[in-house]
Amino acid sequence: MTEIAKRKIINTCALSLACAAAALGLFWLIFILADVLRHGITCITPGLFLNEAAPPGMAGGGLKHAFIGQLLITFFAVLIGIPLGILGGTYLAEYGRHRWIGRFISTLSDIMISVPSIVVGTFVYAIFVKPLGHFSGYAGSLALAIIMIPVVLRTTEEMIALVPWEIREAAFALGAPYYKVILQVVYRGAATGIFTGILLAIARIAGETAPLLFTSFNNMFLTTNMNEPMPSLTVTIYQYAMGPYDDWHEMAWAASFVITMFILGLTILGRIIIHWRYKN
Amino acid sequence: MASIIKREQTLDKLFSGVTFSAAFLVLAVIVSIFISLFWESLTAIDAFGFFGFISSTAWDPVREVFGAATTLYGTLITTLLALVMAIPVSLGIAIFITELCPKFLKPIFGTAIELLAAIPSIIYGMWGLFTFAPLMGEYVEPLLQRIFGPIPLIGHLFSGVPLGIDILTTSIILSIMITPFIASIVRETFALTPVQLKESAYGIGATRWEVVKDVIIPYSKAGIFGSVIIAMGRALGETMAVAFVLGNKHAIATSLFDASATITVTLANEFTEADSDLYLSSLFYLALILLTMNFLLLAIAKTFLARKRKI
Repeated sequence: MTEIAKRKIINTCALSLACAAAALGLFWLIFILADVLRHGITCITPGLFLNEAAPPGMAGGGLKHAFIGQLLITFFAVLIGIPLGILGGTYLAEYGRHRWIGRFISTLSDIMISVPSIVVGTFVYAIFVKPLGHFSGYAGSLALAIIMIPVVLRTTEEMIALVPWEIREAAFALGAPYYKVILQVVYRGAATGIFTGILLAIARIAGETAPLLFTSFNNMFLTTNMNEPMPSLTVTIYQYAMGPYDDWHEMAWAASFVITMFILGLTILGRIIIHWRYKN
Repeated sequence: MASIIKREQTLDKLFSGVTFSAAFLVLAVIVSIFISLFWESLTAIDAFGFFGFISSTAWDPVREVFGAATTLYGTLITTLLALVMAIPVSLGIAIFITELCPKFLKPIFGTAIELLAAIPSIIYGMWGLFTFAPLMGEYVEPLLQRIFGPIPLIGHLFSGVPLGIDILTTSIILSIMITPFIASIVRETFALTPVQLKESAYGIGATRWEVVKDVIIPYSKAGIFGSVIIAMGRALGETMAVAFVLGNKHAIATSLFDASATITVTLANEFTEADSDLYLSSLFYLALILLTMNFLLLAIAKTFLARKRKI
């Protein structure tokens, strides 16, 4: 009887610890989000989006330059990364699904997803910034695209693999060549999944700072010339947070708030779409 | 007719070629990352060699003597501490989700934990610098110092002035960041345990914890191992969160309350300021070492997780 009682006590203790671990995870999430909300929300003003940077200490500064820079850098990264990722994923799931090179590249992309983003930054610096002799928005987009490609590629591969093979056979039976089957049947079936993958990939690169530090660098002024050093929200947060001025810190919090909401929004939207589309 | 078929075949070849090139690009990029980092490191490799570089604690931009020992040490120590803290918590979370959580809460709680992974590292850095580090420096660390300080050997780990910008704070933040990675992979492998195995254990009177400990965890060993290695890769390569709270000090720290430097932080802080070829080359060398470590770890993790999937 005492043996059973002992086992029951151990059981209760261990399971309570598991609950405590779960509570701890939730605690950190709420702690961090509440903190960003608390600091950030008071600093959100129209001026933040409409004004450019003011000299430290002067009121009325904003982050318009960083918002526009971030949008441009992300836009070009998406422009390079998404088509390449989708096409590559198509090869892995269709033409190359039984070839060793396909399996190999698929595994390699999984590894590449985890390559430290700052290493990608140093790579782009070596092949792009150094030869050209100056930092540029394009370099930042290139770094983000390199980070993005394996993410899009793997989700596309997985989503395309979910399309039942019989549907392709039905199209083959009508005499359609493989590329038409992919373009007109497979892509249609996998569209929602691929779209979700794109959302999550954008969420992934929107918060990246390290690869931008020595590619797009930073700029205190508004520029739309992608060939110049470009400000981004994330690098601006880093610079402002490390700076000595209180209004810089406030601006960093405001930017953190905007970026966190954007990313969490995209992530949750992506989850909901997946849940809705693949619930069965 | 024949010409149409011919045209379609050509188009199909073309599309297949285009998709192949896109996929091949991944391979090409990885290879060129290795080659270009190696190429840029050559000056430093010539000057310091390999073992000379990783064993030297010097980091002196003025005299141009560089070694990786301090940053490697900082990288490894923060990663290991983070793992020590993250593994039990993530296992607990995985157990909670698969075995204890009410069914309707599962997707919500699962998403909540995954949101922890979605928060960008710079936000962890902001929170760490302005909220968490002051809390640690003011309350938690002095308390730890009072409890453990008088104990002979262990006391040394808690010596120094607790400022909050140190190894302990960094490791805790890193552990929060990698917890969702371990938890979500472990949770998936837990769910793969055959129901028959669990039921036969329950059938002979095992408690729920005994089923977890003696059936589910042994069955998921490969998955747990793989996830831990993936998390380790994450922690090694984490930059921004660490840059805010570690203090960037090139020294071998012996106390948890000392500032330190990791490879990533050194790169982030010094890359654009490197004014000599040898300095820049040494930084590239650090990046190459980090990339190689990360790549090997991930390759190991992949083989473990792949083996699990085949069974």
